[in-house]
Amino acid sequence: MPSGLKKFFSRDNLPNLIFTVLFLGAVGFVSYKYVWPNLERFEPTLVNFMMLSFLLFVVGVAGVLSRRNIIIIFMSIELILNAVNLNLIAFSRYFQINQEAFNTAFKSAGMTVNPLAGPVFTIFIIVVAAAEAAVGLGIVIALFRNRETIAIDEIDLLKF
Amino acid sequence: MEKVLFIIFAVVAVLSALNILLQRSPLYSALSLIGTLASVSALFVMLNAQFIAAIQIVVYAGAIMVLFVFVIMLLNEPKGVPHIDKQRGLRFLAIPFAGLLLAEAFYVVSSVQLQQPATLSKVENPDQAFGTTWSIGTALYTHYLLPFEVTSVLILMAVVGAMVLARRDGD
Repeated sequence: MPSGLKKFFSRDNLPNLIFTVLFLGAVGFVSYKYVWPNLERFEPTLVNFMMLSFLLFVVGVAGVLSRRNIIIIFMSIELILNAVNLNLIAFSRYFQINQEAFNTAFKSAGMTVNPLAGPVFTIFIIVVAAAEAAVGLGIVIALFRNRETIAIDEIDLLKF
Repeated sequence: MEKVLFIIFAVVAVLSALNILLQRSPLYSALSLIGTLASVSALFVMLNAQFIAAIQIVVYAGAIMVLFVFVIMLLNEPKGVPHIDKQRGLRFLAIPFAGLLLAEAFYVVSSVQLQQPATLSKVENPDQAFGTTWSIGTALYTHYLLPFEVTSVLILMAVVGAMVLARRDGD
């Protein structure tokens, strides 16, 4: 049994354990009651991609908030950016499929839908993520050289 | 077929994302993040964004994750850093807030009303896909030329900044 799992089932972690059991129970109940009967005519729609993107985003936020290792916090930030990318691509695909309908709907406002904005913006986000990873890991190396730690609660020079 | 692929890749993405948090060793977290990125890349292919999928694999899972693994190896922290133990009382506050966030998200998702049909992953002629190299390149070098050029300045600043931060004082 990995020590992370052992700690997860330990006594200190009882609130998180209770919440996890309740959450999994709720998810299981909802999926048995509503999702499982409808699975035959399930199609991956925009809403499903939004839900997946939300789940990845929330997992990334939980990683930023709960871990002490600064490298894992960087990885969680990458996860958040990736969730945003997925949302952008799904929305631009939705706009591309329904391009004529949106263009006629927006005609009175003088706007047209450009489905290429999503992929182009995604490329910019990937570029910014790469730059952020380079600078952030440079900061981590400089910090580790000076303080001999990468735990964020021991790096508190700017705290007060 | 598409729904099976969507479910498989979505489940793999979320589970390996959770595995990032549950692992103690940063190296296993990096491997899990690569799994998530690959699954999201497969979802990009399902959304007809082939070029973004390739970029995702090459840049994210290739370059950025190699940088992460390189730094993990360089720092060589022997044992994983444990979780935060301070502020134990906030843990009881965290549960209602997490429930609130989930309730809010389910309310938002369930209240979405789409006017147009929303089925996304139809397989169609790849030449008409909006995520091909041709269409993205045309948009990038005509309509989005100024942001593209500004991005190169950003990259230059990031390279210089990383070099200045990571070098020793004596060099």
